[in-house]
Amino acid sequence: MTTTTSPGTRAGTSGLPGAGLDVAVFITCINDVLFPQTGIAMTKLLERLGCRVHFPKEQTCCAQLTTNTGYFKESMGMVESYVKAYSDYDYVVAPSGSCIAAVRDQHPMLAEHAGDKGLMRDVEHTSKISLDISEFLVDVLGVTDVGAYFPHLVTIHPSCHGMRLLKLGDRPFKLLENVKGMTTVDLPAAEQCCGFGGTFSVKNPDMSSTMTADKARHIRETGAEYVVGWDNSCLLSIGGVLSRQNAGVKAIHMVEILANTEED
Amino acid sequence: MTTELRRITEGNYGVARLTPAPEHGGTFLGQPKFPKAVKNELKLVVQRKNMRNATTTIRNKRALRVTETPNWEDIRQAAYEVKNRVGRHLDYYLEQAEKSLTANGVHVHWARDAEEANRIVGEIAKAKGVQEVVKIKSITTQETDLNEHLEEQGIAAWETDLAELIVQLGHDRPSHIVVPGIHRNRAEVREIFLREMKNYGRPCPEDITSNPPELANAARLHLREKFLRAKVAVSGANFILADTGSLVIVESEGNGRMCLTLPDTLISLVGIEKVLPSYDDLEIFLKLLPRSATGERMNPYNSVWSGVTPNDGPQEQHVVFMDNGRTNVLADPVGREVLRCIRCASCINVCPVYERAGGHAYGSVYPGPIGITLTPQLRGIDDPVDRGMPYACTLCAACVEVCPVKIPFTDIIVHLRNRVADAERKEFSTDVEVAAEKALMKAAAWVLGDYKHWETTMYATRAAGRVVGKHKIGPLPVPVANRWLDYRNVDHIPSQTFRDWWKANRGEEK
Repeated sequence: MTTTTSPGTRAGTSGLPGAGLDVAVFITCINDVLFPQTGIAMTKLLERLGCRVHFPKEQTCCAQLTTNTGYFKESMGMVESYVKAYSDYDYVVAPSGSCIAAVRDQHPMLAEHAGDKGLMRDVEHTSKISLDISEFLVDVLGVTDVGAYFPHLVTIHPSCHGMRLLKLGDRPFKLLENVKGMTTVDLPAAEQCCGFGGTFSVKNPDMSSTMTADKARHIRETGAEYVVGWDNSCLLSIGGVLSRQNAGVKAIHMVEILANTEED
Repeated sequence: MTTELRRITEGNYGVARLTPAPEHGGTFLGQPKFPKAVKNELKLVVQRKNMRNATTTIRNKRALRVTETPNWEDIRQAAYEVKNRVGRHLDYYLEQAEKSLTANGVHVHWARDAEEANRIVGEIAKAKGVQEVVKIKSITTQETDLNEHLEEQGIAAWETDLAELIVQLGHDRPSHIVVPGIHRNRAEVREIFLREMKNYGRPCPEDITSNPPELANAARLHLREKFLRAKVAVSGANFILADTGSLVIVESEGNGRMCLTLPDTLISLVGIEKVLPSYDDLEIFLKLLPRSATGERMNPYNSVWSGVTPNDGPQEQHVVFMDNGRTNVLADPVGREVLRCIRCASCINVCPVYERAGGHAYGSVYPGPIGITLTPQLRGIDDPVDRGMPYACTLCAACVEVCPVKIPFTDIIVHLRNRVADAERKEFSTDVEVAAEKALMKAAAWVLGDYKHWETTMYATRAAGRVVGKHKIGPLPVPVANRWLDYRNVDHIPSQTFRDWWKANRGEEK
């Protein structure tokens, strides 16, 4: 295992909810390359709450891209990388309900499908310790008010995998409720999929863009400045359509709001 | 008449027929794959609106019924267990059902596939010397294309369910398994009735409006003469009860009751997975089915037919048990979970893809989540249409949430995609898309299978990020990428990855 740890967070953390906790972050491939600001925000947020943050560099991708397209064999290297990166930790935290759902539900399935007993044992541990950021904050740290500040009108798109596969329930909503200065307006048909669906957006481009266009229409109807979500893959699609329309609404990941304080 | 409707009804059907010819002869053969088929459907603005309104209404009604049922999750679990037991001991329950049905005076037949099923039904009807049969709404008979088979035999099969009547008279195909005419609105129904009823029986009043009671009355009068004339009725079944040898049919309009009571002969085509162990199990399923299907607490008509009774109801009863691929499904440990399906369509009603596509684009009488999981298993995955089916889904899992028998649709969809990918892996494909996908997945496996490869690859994206700078990436004539960029921008590619940031700000080097 190769890891690096965030400095400067060890002193003066006592009393903070995350004091003494070692947390490995799973940034996810899409955030690493397209949304580094989300990973940075999550790192800073966890540090602010007193956690020692680790970034195991062996991490790559949750393997959804290949698994959900049906290419199980092609997924195995990613599952093994995940195991290599996180086997020695107690908590893995990611800013993506979708990727964590893949780790929890699909890694065991893939290991079993490959008939790899050793890997089945390994993923049993790594899938158990892997949490979406809102689960970690609410369930492990026991906080719903992270001291965030975001003086804007927002609407919330509750991404499907977080809601239905991880059953995040009201965790993200509670966290967002406590953000100072922020006003939330309900999104019509919020529970409907944005149409991204990974390779669905490439294999079924017309249906995908129709669904995203409907989502964008509902978002515009709210008059919000930002649409908040907890999966950047959905936000990439929604934000891309809003940008093409010059709609004047920006897509933003929840942790970027939670990381933002009055000092920022 | 709207252009959309004209497209369906103004075909040149040439040959003299007994019943309205369905579009493309009723089959889905030669239909393009879902992504292409859906392009046309997305342009049908009236259909889009009809579908949106109807699915939203049913969805909300179902949700209301579920929330008012305090032990919903327990009932769901019970149904899950009963149906799993049926799957584990299907041979036992089918033999028990055969014995009980026979003891009740019912003739039991076995059909390996659609062809055999159609032949058996056709032969029974022919032996009765009839030129027409009345039908209770049945998807199983649509799976076998029974109506067209009977038409070839010189027997007219009349659909008596209101929505099926609309579909049949409209030279159309069903687009939903519970509400086959979901894609039509009342104005379209009026046009179809005015235009077609007179060709197949009692005409529709010329001064009819699109007021639903008037439309229903026209259908009632048109069908009444068929009910009174018919000597043979054809149905499916919601359930077959193994212990009492009963046929259970639930419905909303009473047309089923007419078909079950008036004709002398009743023929029921039943998928082998429809058997339930006991009469007592109805307690569970008659609670789940109406609430899930139409958002009703109870079906208006619940018929339990336990054999022949002298001078009451059909005097001759046939049950044709059909496999048609179901035992293949049962042999697949992941895929077999779809056999729990009770055809309520709650998965279809919540599916965001179905809501926009409608039922026709799928290339199967079973659309939506149940369609894309059941059809490729029943028919196999040799045909491009069947291979495309499991990909007509975003994996949003809305269907998993509502299914009354807890079918894990998304798991089965991923499993079927794996079967498709494995089949394509073994073949040399001339399909450019398939070849591109294989190459892309191989590349992803290499790049993301090892962080060193990933870091190397990211140098390229960082370089691209620096070149592009803060500019948006708009439409580009690049294959694959254009499918994304035709509709969306990518705001900008960051010139620093998270990894770079960590190394610079948190890494060991610092």
